[in-house]
Amino acid sequence: MALLAVEELTRRFGGIVAVDDVSLDVGEGEIVGLIGPNGAGKTTVFNLITRLYRPDNGEIVFDRRSLLRTPAHGIVRRGIARTFQNVELFGSMTVLEHVLIGRHARRGRRAREILGYVGLAALAHRSARELSFGAQKRVELARALASGPRLLLLDEPAGGLNHEEVGELGALIRRMRQDFELTILLVEHHMQLVMGVADRVHVLDFGRRIASGTPGEVQNDAAVIEAYLGTNA
Amino acid sequence: MLFAFDWTQLAQQTVIGLSSGGTWALLALAIVLIYRSTGVINFAQGEMAMFSVFIAWSLVHHGLTYWAAFFLTIAISIAGAIAVERVVIRPVEQAPVLTVVIVTLGLLFVVDGAARWFWSPETRTLPNAFSTSPITIAGVAFSWQDLGNIAVSLGLVVLLWGLFRFTKLGLALRAAAVNPDESRLLGIRVSWMLALGWGLAAGLGAVSGMLTAPALASFDQNLMQPVLLYAFAGAVLGGIESPLGAVAGSLLLGVFVNLVGTYVGWIGTDLRLPVALAVILGVLLVRPAGLFGKVSARRV
Repeated sequence: MALLAVEELTRRFGGIVAVDDVSLDVGEGEIVGLIGPNGAGKTTVFNLITRLYRPDNGEIVFDRRSLLRTPAHGIVRRGIARTFQNVELFGSMTVLEHVLIGRHARRGRRAREILGYVGLAALAHRSARELSFGAQKRVELARALASGPRLLLLDEPAGGLNHEEVGELGALIRRMRQDFELTILLVEHHMQLVMGVADRVHVLDFGRRIASGTPGEVQNDAAVIEAYLGTNA
Repeated sequence: MLFAFDWTQLAQQTVIGLSSGGTWALLALAIVLIYRSTGVINFAQGEMAMFSVFIAWSLVHHGLTYWAAFFLTIAISIAGAIAVERVVIRPVEQAPVLTVVIVTLGLLFVVDGAARWFWSPETRTLPNAFSTSPITIAGVAFSWQDLGNIAVSLGLVVLLWGLFRFTKLGLALRAAAVNPDESRLLGIRVSWMLALGWGLAAGLGAVSGMLTAPALASFDQNLMQPVLLYAFAGAVLGGIESPLGAVAGSLLLGVFVNLVGTYVGWIGTDLRLPVALAVILGVLLVRPAGLFGKVSARRV
C-alpha cells in the first residue's frame, strides 16, 4: 500500500496545463525522485500535495485518506513537511526559533537534537538571514524535521550547493530516512544525486508523467532521453 | 550668573512629554503591529480606541472603579476587534492593499458614527487613574499621573515584547506576518493570527485612550484624533516597520513637541499638531525609512 498516491491529477493555469492527468505513488519508507526538464510541473505537484494549489481534477491520497479535504494548515498534522526551491525562511528569526515554529502543530524530536543532527547547533542564536545559502537550506530542513513528519517533500535540495555539499546531502538524505523513519519525495535537477539516493524515479515532461521505474530503468528509457536531449529531427 | 536656566522646568516638561509620548507610543505600536502583518495602515485605529474610551466611561458610570473598567475595557476591545476583523476585513483579506485601506477608512466613519449614536455629544470626564498630588524627586515636583502613564505604557511595551519573543503564540504571530504561505504549511492558522493581531492592536489602542482621557479636562468623540496624528508621526519618525522605532519615535516626539511648545513662545499649545505634521514631512523627505527602519528594496 502506497503511503502517498496521486491519481489522475490535473492543474491548469489559464491556458497552460501545468500538471496533466498525472498519477504516481510513493511507498512507505521509500526515497522517490521526481525529475523532468524545467517547467515539467514538478513544483506544481508539490504545491498540490501541500494544498497551496487546488487541483482541477484528480485525487491525492495520503495514508489511506484523501488530502483534498485537509486545508493547507492541516497538512503538517497529517505528517507531511516540505522544503522550498528558493528557501522560504522567516527573515530575522533565529535558527532555533525556526525549529521551534516547526513544532507548532506537531512535535517531533527536541529542537536542540535536530539542530545538532543537521549541524547547526553552533548557529542556534544567529538570525537565519545572516547565514550562507547552504546553511539556510539546512535551517529549512531542520524546521521540516521538527514536526516529526512521515513524508518529507524536498524541492531541489541540491540547488545552489557545491560539489562537496551535494555529496554530503546525498548521505544525509539516506541517513535521515533511517534515523527519522521517513518517506522522502524529492524534486531534483542534480541527476547524480537523484540516481544515487532514489529507490524509484518518476519522470515528468510538459505536465505529463512519461516514465517511472528504478534509476537504471529510467536512464535507459527512450522517452526520458528524448525529453532531456530533444528529438532527433 | 549671566543666564539662569530653569532646569526644574526642563525636567518637568520632559516628563510631561514622555507621558503623552507614551500614550502615543501605544497607538503607534497598534498601527505598526497591523502594518507589519498585512502592509495596511488601519486608519480606524484611533476611532476604535475612542470607542473603547466610551465603553470605559460607561462602565465607570455604572459604578466600576477606574481600574476595573480599565481591564474590562481591554478585554472587550480585544474581543470586539477580533469580531470586526472577522466580519469586515476577512472578506477582503486577499484583496490589494489599497482595497483594505479603503475598508479601514470606511470603518473609521462607521465606528465614529456608532459612538455618536450610542453616546450623546456632550463632554465627559474619566476619573484619574493615579493620584493627582505631586511627588517630589530630587527637589523637582512631578505629577503621579505622568509617571503612571509612562510606567503603564512602558510596562505594556515590555509585556508585548515578551509575548512576541518568548511565547509559542508570539512566534506564530511573527511567522504568519513574515511568510503566510510557509506558516500555513507549519500548521499556523494565518487568518486567525491576523484577527488576533487586530485584537492586540485594539487592546493597545484602548489603553492609549484610557490614559489620554483622564488627562483632559473633558473629552468628546474627537478625543483620539490628535493622538492618532501624533502616533502616525511617532511611527513614521521611528520607522513604520519597526515596533521599537514606533515606541522610541513617539517618546522622542512627545518630548520634542512639548519642549518646543514650552520654549518657543509663538508655538505654545495651539501649534503642536502642525509641529508633528512637520516632523512627518521632514522625516519622509530626509530619511523615509525612519530612525530605526531598514531601507528595503522590492523586486518588481
